[in-house]
Amino acid sequence: MSRADLIGEGVPAVDGEAYTTYGTSDGSPGSVDRDGRTGGRRASGLLRSELLTTFRRWRTVALLGVLAVIPVLVGIAVKIETADGGQGGGGGGQGPAFISQITNNGLFLVFTSLAATLPFFLPMAVGVIAGDSVAGEANAGTLRYLLVAPAGRTRLLLVKYASTMVFCLVATLVVAGFALAAGAALFPVGEVTLLSGTTVSFGEGLLRALAIAVAVAVSLTGLAALGLFVSTLTNSGIAAMAATVGLLLMVQIVDTVPQLHAVQPYLFPHYWLSFADLLRDPVYWDELVRNLGLQALYTAVFGSAAWARLTSRDITA
Amino acid sequence: MAQIQPRTSGRKAVRYGIPAGVAGIAALTIGLVPALADSGAPDLPKISTKELLAKMAASDTQQMSGTVKVSTDLGLPELPGVGGSGGKQGGGLFGGGPQGDGERDGGHGGKGSVADPQQKLMELASGEHTLRVAADGPDKQRVSVVEDTSEFSFIHNGDEVWTYDSGSDAAFHAQAPKGAAGEHGKDGKDGKDGKKGEHGKGHGGAPGAGIGDVTPQKAAEQVLKASEDSTSVTVDGTAKVAGRDAYQLLVKPKGAPHSTVDSVRIAVDAENGTPLKFTLVPKDGGKPAVDVAYTKVDFGKPEAGTFDFTPPKGTDVTEAGPRGEHAKPDKGEMSKRFKELKKLEKNGEPGEFGKHFKGEKSEKGAGPGFTGLDTLGKGWGAVAEIDAPGGAAGGLPGASASGKGGGSQQGDKFLDSFTEKAKGEFGTGRVFHTRLVNALMTDDGKVYVGAVTKEGLIKAADAAAK
Repeated sequence: MSRADLIGEGVPAVDGEAYTTYGTSDGSPGSVDRDGRTGGRRASGLLRSELLTTFRRWRTVALLGVLAVIPVLVGIAVKIETADGGQGGGGGGQGPAFISQITNNGLFLVFTSLAATLPFFLPMAVGVIAGDSVAGEANAGTLRYLLVAPAGRTRLLLVKYASTMVFCLVATLVVAGFALAAGAALFPVGEVTLLSGTTVSFGEGLLRALAIAVAVAVSLTGLAALGLFVSTLTNSGIAAMAATVGLLLMVQIVDTVPQLHAVQPYLFPHYWLSFADLLRDPVYWDELVRNLGLQALYTAVFGSAAWARLTSRDITA
Repeated sequence: MAQIQPRTSGRKAVRYGIPAGVAGIAALTIGLVPALADSGAPDLPKISTKELLAKMAASDTQQMSGTVKVSTDLGLPELPGVGGSGGKQGGGLFGGGPQGDGERDGGHGGKGSVADPQQKLMELASGEHTLRVAADGPDKQRVSVVEDTSEFSFIHNGDEVWTYDSGSDAAFHAQAPKGAAGEHGKDGKDGKDGKKGEHGKGHGGAPGAGIGDVTPQKAAEQVLKASEDSTSVTVDGTAKVAGRDAYQLLVKPKGAPHSTVDSVRIAVDAENGTPLKFTLVPKDGGKPAVDVAYTKVDFGKPEAGTFDFTPPKGTDVTEAGPRGEHAKPDKGEMSKRFKELKKLEKNGEPGEFGKHFKGEKSEKGAGPGFTGLDTLGKGWGAVAEIDAPGGAAGGLPGASASGKGGGSQQGDKFLDSFTEKAKGEFGTGRVFHTRLVNALMTDDGKVYVGAVTKEGLIKAADAAAK
């Protein structure tokens, strides 16, 4: 999987290193199986090596780097803007959500950053990773070797999906973590006033921020499943990535056209911003639950479609 | 290379059946479950209209919390001039959609960062909104308008009234007038309203009085104040609202041929007589013009902390003037006018529900300072007559924008985009048309507003001219 990517990106130096993880190192699927260990251990070994390859890749690091820079930039921009004592966001609720509260409480930079990256940046990163997951292997000609190791197609797919989900969570936490650090460094932090006007302690605010990060990560799982399915359709990693990101853009546009409001509740990004409901008091669960259900539905439909495709097609590459 | 070909070739169709099946089941569930949930008309013991009304009157729901869905489709035309959202002649292009962003953005732009409750009420007049309400006795209420990533809260606790808009991080503070709730009790004829008034925001002039009124209870109260000879009230089946069994009350205007209201349906909780749902269908049919319903309701005591509010550090707080009016002069003017309209309501006029919207309309439309308010007719066909000394055109929203646009021809064109000309014995004027409320602005500076058809307005104007 990584070979082609790395060649494509012109970083051949890491090539061998990133690719040694299957089959040879200790705990890899092949050797584990020969020792007759349990399937669970085998799968966890496969997952570990999959995660290692994913996160060691320059592309992943670059994506995460960009995601880390965004909140810092937003924070600095707001800081400069309000250096003369002005009010951030210009009032009137313009700009990204929560931006006017940042000056009062640095914790809001977390929410602003997530709200700013959720529509395109975060899902784009997930689309790249998910789209590449199977197609990238096929493109590099490594898919058949993966299947030779008796991991099984179903388990391989599960591992691919699990590692994509881990990436969703890591990407979200990177945004949230850097936003928190930047917010704490640039602005005062303290008691948090929720959207409803009630005040909670900073600790509870942090907890809510963590819950929001998890909610955002879960919001991305539907797209991850969609990307995985697209990834099983083609042998070109680039095509799968482009198709996934293209689908995302298309759906996002459809979601903003008022004339199409009838279909909008069934589009996977429709309830993405519902994470803000965790900041109400009491928490307004309706849309959060709907978002969860929608993501589960997309995961079930496209996950099983990916499974049907991968287990029934001829792997020639 | 054993796995280059799948182990289970030839069962492709079966495998693809799984995602297709999951999608199909999901589609069926989405399609059927709401239909099944809605169709359940609970079996309740028969009740006469009188008994039901008595039950509503006796209901003393003091503590409750819940979620209210408000959807209004008044058929308001888009007004590009309002709030200076640009596009002098864009009205024709973007007109129609009641949820158009132009209107909302315009609203925001016009008001800056002040958490103005009346402004919010105007926003509620179009589109769908979710409200969360909580009440604990007459002194503690909270209404929050849930928006995408922000929330507008109205909090009344004792003699403190706060509004907080998290989107612009602005708060508004006022002292509730003493005995506001009591006064509210007085304005009902036999005090029953005081008991029902768990949302008694005090019609005595607490700022934000309007926004607390957007609950099924309030709406029902307004409609049922109408006198018996102008209104027919019947019990019409049962329904399930917010998971509770409810009787449906059907209210129809009687002897008001020009009323735009076809019928009003109120679902009343079978157990404690609290109105749970309010639907107003206009004569032109189609979607209800107003639909206010609980989607979740709990008659337990809300948490005490619900009604506490301390403005966060750094928040813009606008303090109300000494008499509970807005600090800014033009706002003060507006709230005075609003009160005037409220006074009109207090005179015991039936068919008052529409007047909330009338109030908005006048605020939106009338130029600064109209002097006289007069009510013509009674019941559902009532028409308010307002003197606007600046001339009708001065009272039209966006007229200034058209003025900037240059010649009067352009101005005419602009007016044509949302009004139509009308003629009668009173002279000539223009009719501003919505699905529920129509307004006639005559060329000699009078404005007639009412929940009646254009013909009704012209007739009223003719009668007034005589």
